[in-house]
Amino acid sequence: MTQPSRSPITVRLTRYFFVLFPGVFLVLAGAWSAFQMEEHGHVITGMNNQVVWGLPHVFAIFLIVSASGILNVASMGSVFGQPVYKARAPLSGLLAIAMLAAGLSVLMLDLGRPDRVVLAATTYNVTSVFAWNVLLYSGLFATVLMYLWTLLDRTMGKWTKPAGILVFVWRFILTSGTGLIFAFLVARQAYGSALLPPMFIVMSFAWGMSVFLLVQSGVLWWHHLPLEPAILKRMKNLLALFVLAVLYLVAIYHMTNLYFSRQAAFERFILLDGGTATLSFWLGYVLLGTLLPIVLLLTPLSARVCNVLMASFFVLIGAFSFLYTFIVGGQEFPLLVFTGYKVHSSFGDGMIASYTPSLYEWLLGLGGLGVAFVITVIGLGLFNFLPRDVVEKASVSG
Amino acid sequence: MSDKCAQSRRNFLSRGAALTAAVAIAPGILLYDFARARPVGEPASGKVRWGMLIDTTQCESGCDECVQACNRENALGSDTGATAPQWIRKVDLEQEGSGKKLSLPMMCQHCAEPPCVEVCPTGASFKRADGIVLVDKHRCIGCRYCMMACPFEARSFVHEPVLDHSGATPRGKGTVESCTLCVHRVDEGRLPACVEACSKSGHQAILFGDLSDPASEISKRILSVTPTHLRADLNLGTGVSYLGLESS
Repeated sequence: MTQPSRSPITVRLTRYFFVLFPGVFLVLAGAWSAFQMEEHGHVITGMNNQVVWGLPHVFAIFLIVSASGILNVASMGSVFGQPVYKARAPLSGLLAIAMLAAGLSVLMLDLGRPDRVVLAATTYNVTSVFAWNVLLYSGLFATVLMYLWTLLDRTMGKWTKPAGILVFVWRFILTSGTGLIFAFLVARQAYGSALLPPMFIVMSFAWGMSVFLLVQSGVLWWHHLPLEPAILKRMKNLLALFVLAVLYLVAIYHMTNLYFSRQAAFERFILLDGGTATLSFWLGYVLLGTLLPIVLLLTPLSARVCNVLMASFFVLIGAFSFLYTFIVGGQEFPLLVFTGYKVHSSFGDGMIASYTPSLYEWLLGLGGLGVAFVITVIGLGLFNFLPRDVVEKASVSG
Repeated sequence: MSDKCAQSRRNFLSRGAALTAAVAIAPGILLYDFARARPVGEPASGKVRWGMLIDTTQCESGCDECVQACNRENALGSDTGATAPQWIRKVDLEQEGSGKKLSLPMMCQHCAEPPCVEVCPTGASFKRADGIVLVDKHRCIGCRYCMMACPFEARSFVHEPVLDHSGATPRGKGTVESCTLCVHRVDEGRLPACVEACSKSGHQAILFGDLSDPASEISKRILSVTPTHLRADLNLGTGVSYLGLESS
């Protein structure tokens, strides 16, 4: 007696859930971690009274900034009328929503009292840039969903451009708002710079484009569709430009700091003596996250698709490394309260703080990546978010 | 005649007793010049601006009576680990070059323009009309943005469940807290615990009072000296100032 052969739909569903599984696993691990933090408090993390924002913030800010940057693809299509990008606008919108939801999940679950998060909406402090961001984040969800509606519903097509412009403006303000969270911290040597909002905007372009290139290739591979080298070439050139622009702004940020003598000790810490923060900056951000991608993207090596994808991957390694140095390293260096004095206290005054992320923080951050993955896979399963030009070309040729 | 004598003797004795009493309690009065208990239900007055003047020349290195008093008053425990709350701490300073050593208590500076209040998304961090900066523990979501914004690292995050609730102020895991200037005592017309402890230890390093009242001891003292406000470059209008601290 022969086994009945499985129907194509069963095979497709099995494959689908097989792909979904790693994401669900990460989400569950993140949820467990969040529960532990809620149960025992932040004492089980590596955070303390000096380093109050740790690895979860690195993940959350990476996800939120990248979410905004991914929309660059949609803006290039709908606002600036580039057909190659317009064909990819739906995928860009889906990824933006997935990463924003993921970033906010991590941010929320890292709160001391995540059960009170609704207070952020009901008792609103208008002077707080954090509170502004609550509006900006929820507004981005609304505007991107509206934009996706105009893309997916043919009867709404005439509204695509206005919706695209709204998304473009909104994400610009949102990323500025994320940069302002740090720019308004005037007392800390690492922050309090007007350069941060534009730097975050340019970083969002680079990180978003990298995520998009990697996800696009994965999605096309999953659907057995080809990745057009000509299209990839255009996008990789843009990515190289963004990576160089970020390097320029990061260099300016450090050079202006070096010029101010009161910032010299801080810069020395970040660039020379900061241990993990220094290593993360030079090895992670400069070497692996910037110079290596530039070589891979702007030399003949870029002719190979896998090199472009590797460059994208390393840009993301650079993103995490940069954020680690910026957020953790920025807090490890002590605040300058008593100029001209050597300082010592039981609260870490005048001393470099120490921070080692715990397993719970890693799992919470990875759970955020899982959330983004799961939303993307579910979105791709329910709607047609594939690059339209590739699908049309495949259907004509096939 | 004898009546007159007796009367003048009584006058002399009563005046002498009053004078003796005045001399005996004068330091207390000086520290206590703000003693005006606020009736329950009456809001804090904007006419008052509570503040402290800390004389570092009177503050002894190694003495932590103020810290212990704060810990007792608020049931904070004496742990000084990286995740333990410290509402007030002793900071030891050594001037670069001269090698001059100082010691001082450091706590929330109760700024007139507090960065923690500006950045708090829910309004949990707030400033009372009388200048005392507080955290509403029922409104704090534990985002720690106020800790990032505070130029003095004056705030602590409650990293683990609070088991001892015998303190004067409500505390809870996952929220941020800092020196309340012993608001519960001040509202009753009493001194903050650290001020009282410093006085009892004989150092008299902390003078507490109403900065808005020109007749208060703290106002008079500030007029006669040049106190230093920490991070004066930020123009925060700190309610706490220091004596004997140069070029901060």
